[in-house]
Amino acid sequence: MSDAYLSLEKLTLAYGDTVAVGNLDLDIGKGELIALLGPSGCGKTTTMRAIAGLLPVKSGHIRLDGTDMTRTPPNKRAVGLVFQSYALFPHLSVYENVAFGLKLKGMRGSELDQKVRGGLTSVGLSSFADRKPAELSGGQQQRVALARSMVMEPKVLLLDEPLSNLDARLRLEMRTELQRVQKETGVTMIFVTHDQTEALSLADRIVVMKNGAIEQIGTPEDIYNRPASAFVADFVGFENIFALDQGKLKTEHGLADPSGALPGEALSAAGLAWRPRMVTLGSGPFRGTVRGTSFAGDRREYLLASDLGPIKAEVDASEPVHAPDAEIAFDLPAAKAAPLKRFA
Amino acid sequence: MNARSLFIPATLFLVLAFLIGPFLIIVAASFSAGETLAFPPQGFSLRWIAKVFTVDSFRASFAMSMFLAVGGTAAALVLGIPASYALSRYRLPGAEIVRTIVSLPIIVPGIIVGLALLRYVVVPFGVGITPALFLAHTALILPYAVRVVSASLDNLRSDIEEAAVLLGSSRMGAFFRVVMPNIKGGILSAFILGFVTSFNQVPVSLFLSGPGVRTLPVDMIAYMEIVFDPSVAALSSLLAFLSIGIVFAAERFLGFSRYV
Repeated sequence: MSDAYLSLEKLTLAYGDTVAVGNLDLDIGKGELIALLGPSGCGKTTTMRAIAGLLPVKSGHIRLDGTDMTRTPPNKRAVGLVFQSYALFPHLSVYENVAFGLKLKGMRGSELDQKVRGGLTSVGLSSFADRKPAELSGGQQQRVALARSMVMEPKVLLLDEPLSNLDARLRLEMRTELQRVQKETGVTMIFVTHDQTEALSLADRIVVMKNGAIEQIGTPEDIYNRPASAFVADFVGFENIFALDQGKLKTEHGLADPSGALPGEALSAAGLAWRPRMVTLGSGPFRGTVRGTSFAGDRREYLLASDLGPIKAEVDASEPVHAPDAEIAFDLPAAKAAPLKRFA
Repeated sequence: MNARSLFIPATLFLVLAFLIGPFLIIVAASFSAGETLAFPPQGFSLRWIAKVFTVDSFRASFAMSMFLAVGGTAAALVLGIPASYALSRYRLPGAEIVRTIVSLPIIVPGIIVGLALLRYVVVPFGVGITPALFLAHTALILPYAVRVVSASLDNLRSDIEEAAVLLGSSRMGAFFRVVMPNIKGGILSAFILGFVTSFNQVPVSLFLSGPGVRTLPVDMIAYMEIVFDPSVAALSSLLAFLSIGIVFAAERFLGFSRYV
């Protein structure tokens, strides 16, 4: 992408001799909201810290807005970071926290005051200016941290697990807040998360990482519906994943014929994956024994033992209930399966 | 109550009597009207307390003790704060060894420290009495400074420094802007602990004191060898109340006990 605003080129990052991220290439457009998604240890936080300049780059380049800032110190990068722990200065009031960076820029007097008040108002905390961080709830602290970064008008705003410390209601609120801030300011945002729902609901594009490399880049729809590999499929909730060997499913007990003809795009696939809710119970060519069942409100989940191996199914709660140890027929319709380009 | 339930209160009483008893005896003795240091005191008067302020050598040695306590603690903090920072923030090779060496003066008896300093530092290098005392006190306080400051640094998240840097501060600036203000309580606690440790120090000062230069406790011992009047008890009481006052104020305003 030639119009990339932030590009990471062959970026290699290491802690001592341990390479955490190897040869990573990533282009991000101006104003994009990007999620770095992956399990712990996949290199997402390391990548974020390198963009912030908190971790030296072993090799490769980081370019932002046309300039190479691979070696630019973090205090000169115009990159903001909202820490997972918020990292507010405990000895300063909310107001002083937000004013901290502006004062270092040399801003004083009414200009400073206006800017700080504006920042606090935009996150709905103007009446909390004189409080100390310890007197605020987690959600409020996070909004202070957001305001503190945003008043600096960063070129890129990084967020480390922005929703993971919040309860469900605040999470929705914060998600809306981040999207609004991003829309109003047009700032390029990159956030790191291990939570697929967080990434799917918030990001324009998701970068799935594994073992220090990019596994797949795509829109939330791409990632959710068309995972490129078994790893991504597993990560976004496809729980029934099989490798394909010459058009047959590879199972613990040898090769099995798929149910129905493979769709065209699946012919060259390395594997097939089904979400639990894509499994049909009560009919179909396969047989399994109910090993476990749990009620989830409008749906019911089953764990089956079958010739294909363990199968997870999720059906509408209105369907007939299958007792534990019952033998039932089930189907993994080939037409519904997500074809995986890579299996490893 | 049976014997079993009496055991714990009785033990507690004995421990308290053992710890505080001598102190009470000294305080009582300092209000004596008699001519010699004795318990129970003979009569009541404030004359020995007044006498303390008229003894020249007490005034000189008090000034020396104050200088060593304040100066030595300040020097120990100047060395100890950066050392604590390095030990708590970086995974340094040999950090444990440094930590052990720095704590040694707590473990090694003062007599040995004093003798060693005299025999291997002061005499061979011809160090003057005052500089020698200053060095010794700084070394004695350093472990306390490092311990207390380290404790408050360990309680402080290190990501606030990164946050400060990303907001435009230099690394050094971040230390002064966001680390120092947040370990202020620890530094003050270290200062008080260092001050008290230095002020009450006897064995090391005993070895390093010389003609005309003494710390207050050493001077008190010397005084008692010649004059056996209750003014030493009076001075001890005054010093004890000074220490209690300082520690109480520190606890009241800083939550001293959090750091020690």
